[in-house]
Amino acid sequence: MTRTQSPHTAPRKVHEMSPAESEIFPQDRFAERHIGPDDAQVTEMLERIGYASLDALADAAVPASIRMRRPLDIGPGRSERDALAEIIGLARENQVYRSFLGMGYSDCVTPPVLVRNILENPGWYTQYTPYQPEISQGRLEALLNYQTMIKDLTGLDIANASMLDEGTAAAEAMTLSLDACKHKSARTFFVAADCHPQTIDVVETRAHPLGIEVVVGDPATFEFDEGVFGALIQYPSTDGVVRDYASFCVRAHASGALVTAACDLLALVLLEPPGAFGADIAVGNTQRFGVPLGYGGPHAAYFATREAYKRSLPGRLVGVSIDRRKRPALRLALQTREQHIRREKATSNICTAQVLLAVIAGAYAAYHGPQGLRRIAARVHRSTVVLAEGLRRQGKKVRPGLFFDTLRVDLSASESRKVLAAADRERINLRAYGDGPDGVGVSLDETTTPHEIALILAAFAGSKADVPAVHALAADTRPLDFGSLTRKSAILEHPVFNTHHSESEMMRYLHRLQSRDLSLTTSMIPLGSCTMKLNAAAEMLPITYPGFGGIHPFAPMAQTAGYQKLFRDLERWLAEITGFHAVSLQPNAGSQGEYAGLQVIRAYHQDRGALSRNVCLFPHSAHGTNPASAVMVGMKVVVVECDEAGNIDVADLRAKVAAHATELAALMVTYPSTHGVFEASIKDICKIVHEAGGQVYMDGANMNAQVGLCRPGDFGADVCHLNLHKTFCIPHGGGGPGMGPICVAKHLAPFLPGHAVIETGGSTAIGAISAAPWGSASILPISWMYIRMMGGEGLTRATQVAILNANYVAQRLSEHFPILYSGAHGLVAHECIVDVRPLKAVGVEVDDIAKRLMDYGFHAPTMSFPVVGTLMIEPTESESKEELDRFCDALIAIREEAREIAEGRIDKLDNPLKNAPHTQEMIAIDEWKHPYTREQAAFPAPWTREHKFWPAVARIDNAYGDKNLVCACPPIEAYA
Amino acid sequence: MNHDTASKSGDSRSKAMRPDDRRYTETHEWVKSDGDTVLIGITDFAVKELSNGNEGDLVYCDLPDVGRLLAAGDTFGEIESVKAVADLNSPLAGEVMEINATIEDHLEVLAKDPWEKGWLIRVKPESKSFDKLMDAKAYEKFLAEQKH
Repeated sequence: MTRTQSPHTAPRKVHEMSPAESEIFPQDRFAERHIGPDDAQVTEMLERIGYASLDALADAAVPASIRMRRPLDIGPGRSERDALAEIIGLARENQVYRSFLGMGYSDCVTPPVLVRNILENPGWYTQYTPYQPEISQGRLEALLNYQTMIKDLTGLDIANASMLDEGTAAAEAMTLSLDACKHKSARTFFVAADCHPQTIDVVETRAHPLGIEVVVGDPATFEFDEGVFGALIQYPSTDGVVRDYASFCVRAHASGALVTAACDLLALVLLEPPGAFGADIAVGNTQRFGVPLGYGGPHAAYFATREAYKRSLPGRLVGVSIDRRKRPALRLALQTREQHIRREKATSNICTAQVLLAVIAGAYAAYHGPQGLRRIAARVHRSTVVLAEGLRRQGKKVRPGLFFDTLRVDLSASESRKVLAAADRERINLRAYGDGPDGVGVSLDETTTPHEIALILAAFAGSKADVPAVHALAADTRPLDFGSLTRKSAILEHPVFNTHHSESEMMRYLHRLQSRDLSLTTSMIPLGSCTMKLNAAAEMLPITYPGFGGIHPFAPMAQTAGYQKLFRDLERWLAEITGFHAVSLQPNAGSQGEYAGLQVIRAYHQDRGALSRNVCLFPHSAHGTNPASAVMVGMKVVVVECDEAGNIDVADLRAKVAAHATELAALMVTYPSTHGVFEASIKDICKIVHEAGGQVYMDGANMNAQVGLCRPGDFGADVCHLNLHKTFCIPHGGGGPGMGPICVAKHLAPFLPGHAVIETGGSTAIGAISAAPWGSASILPISWMYIRMMGGEGLTRATQVAILNANYVAQRLSEHFPILYSGAHGLVAHECIVDVRPLKAVGVEVDDIAKRLMDYGFHAPTMSFPVVGTLMIEPTESESKEELDRFCDALIAIREEAREIAEGRIDKLDNPLKNAPHTQEMIAIDEWKHPYTREQAAFPAPWTREHKFWPAVARIDNAYGDKNLVCACPPIEAYA
Repeated sequence: MNHDTASKSGDSRSKAMRPDDRRYTETHEWVKSDGDTVLIGITDFAVKELSNGNEGDLVYCDLPDVGRLLAAGDTFGEIESVKAVADLNSPLAGEVMEINATIEDHLEVLAKDPWEKGWLIRVKPESKSFDKLMDAKAYEKFLAEQKH
């Protein structure tokens, strides 16, 4: 690396205070805690790579043409204590009413054993997606439990490992139905009018660009024909009615259409499941299985279908395979369905899902077991029967029909207003249908008490005096007889749902699973493009505050002043950081941000009458989600080549732009590039696209290299999404939750997404992208806390140290491996690509290195993206020099092990790399037959003696799992 | 997994020419006359590219229904390994007369013998002239150029 300046100036401090001032100010400065290397280490590392200061390094790495020349206008950082005090104030400004609004969101009890051991436990929330299955067996098992639970409750054959929300799950069901339908010209999707309104909204948003016509109507009278490829019904309906859809399914199938049932999971404990009445797909929210309302999320949605459609299933799927020792081992199955492999041909763009929340929902089912769930469901139903009887005795018109937990009462407009006002006085939210003339709805839940039933009855009666006692109503009533819709099949018979019912058992089970996962609690997770930085405790504390967790997504805005302030702060800060005009916090993940951003671009072109603009350009090295998203908005995908330096080939870009000049809709580009380089030509690239009438979409996956140094809005992008779970500290949760807000330039602001239930978005908004108006609102406090505690200066320093750390790692490793791609002065941005392909000559594959890293206690970097056979390392600013050195030492040691093979000192097939990872059982075996020692196998580095992380299983056989697909808990004998 | 076969992978591939009794496409399918019909398959190169040298990694193959009419260049199926997926493209127009049903369950047959036992579909071609496709020599040359 080139030395451009002598390293003699002292590094900049986070705050410059006079000595007197600093004596009386709190000593707790968060930025110093968040950023791994201290001042001395920063100096040492800068010296090693040849720069005098962090500023000098940033000036050299970031092209001068885009360098931001002023500090971020975000204010100073706050201490953890001060920021927590401030956010507690915001939480208190939210009014936590009891919400009986239903619509897919019901209050529930998160068992404290799950709060303490999962939700508030970094061992469960700081892991990466389980792409390295040998060190991810804990959450893979938790997800397999979840899949088994969904399969059981829906009565279908196969369930995936979660979707982002019920609305997008329903939209994915629509596109699966379109693919699966035999009539290739069929373009109509029927949606029952009594589906949840936000679901209809999301489905319509998704349908439009694909040329799908959505017909909303009454399932009883809808006539199928060959133009209809699928239908969506809600079971029970949004206003609570339980209907028999068996004959509807027969009619649909007779004309070749698939049926999707959006189902309430708790209702399925008592009711005939969709698989039994003929549905092909079931979707829904699992929130009421122990996950807080959270003002809309995050929650895991489920997706289940028949065996025949398993290859079209969207999202991640956990499957059972075997390891090298033929023991059962879990892994992500059928990955070839997914965008990271199939790109524009993927069934969906979904990447990040809702792992942490799926884990909680599955654990909730395991904790309660089949009897416990039946008890909960029966009690919710029984309470609703009591409420219905009380309302009837008041002479109220409860809509007829079977119900589970939701009632709809027909009232005049003035009566409705009175009831809602009376409920409001008791801090109770009831559902208002329309402006009143359509009456009031009530949806009960696990937490409903007899006292609350009395309060609801009183609100309807207008006075407490006229309300009969709840216990008297209970004595006079019986649960409804669901007749043919009574559930006949057993649920959750697997031992895992019938064992961990005491808190001791559950605590130990969760701890056992956790200990099989390598998370940030063990070591750095250097995944390129994934920014596995610290998720600080102070950032995480607020998510379990009732003021954030206890609020229904459709609670009146007047009750959510604290949330609204938090959203405005976050929008303002993110706009300042990106240089854009407006922000939508709705998209639930990066993939959804891409989708939303492209929809906004599409709406903009259409608004200007440029209907033919439907070509989307990508560099060859784009993330797989990019082309997958473009296809979902009906765009045509055109690839732009990269030059030898890994940058966009500007000449090819010009050619492709010229070839598609009148059709050009957008260029999607990642910055710094997916190769981890600040491309100097980015400004020109944006200009070329703009001159041809196109828009520039910036994938914000690599924003951690930009914050405070340069802004996409300044150098020419029109939209960018931010992965708050990368750059802004929301933990990865082992594969979700995420948040993917989009930031847009002024001309695109009018098109920001709206919502069917809660007013939000631009003046000519596109439809809803997510089921909830602000996506996964309850994790936004994490990013708020991060920005608040770091302040503008702290954020900028974090970026600089992220670049320093990456360049330090690149520098140390460059003596042992080729480092691919660099920008000006030989510098990389915030990540670097290590080329291990030369080792192929001695039979060492990138996989072998990844698995061997596990023996050293590390998670592999990103493998084979963007270049096959290489490793992409993103250390982030949160890792100290010691940790970076440990990681580099591990990789260098592995390089030496490969040299032993090359020099013929150890067998090509029987060596520590090929046999990695080594489990305890492998090491403890009576007869050790390998040509290297047990010590070299399991304790190859000094630190492994102090703290050894043991992979739970040996190397997993990927092909076996895909050939013999099993995606639910196998019978216990399989483990014998 | 049995790694006995691993020593055969790497760059020690046999230098023998591909069979010259058939024609080849740039997407690595082959087509061979067989009476009134033709057989279509994929080349050893395609197998190797997909499975990254590990033949056991082929996991799935989807072949068309018998009777389907294909235009030249149509995608008639799909083949997957654990980590990659490829379309199967028809080198010529015609009707699918038969599929090699063994393959869908026994991909190792394709991996071991892509030329004979590993054929994928039998097609009744619209025209028997497919001389425009590459012969073995041209295909070897094409592969050699691809490497650079």
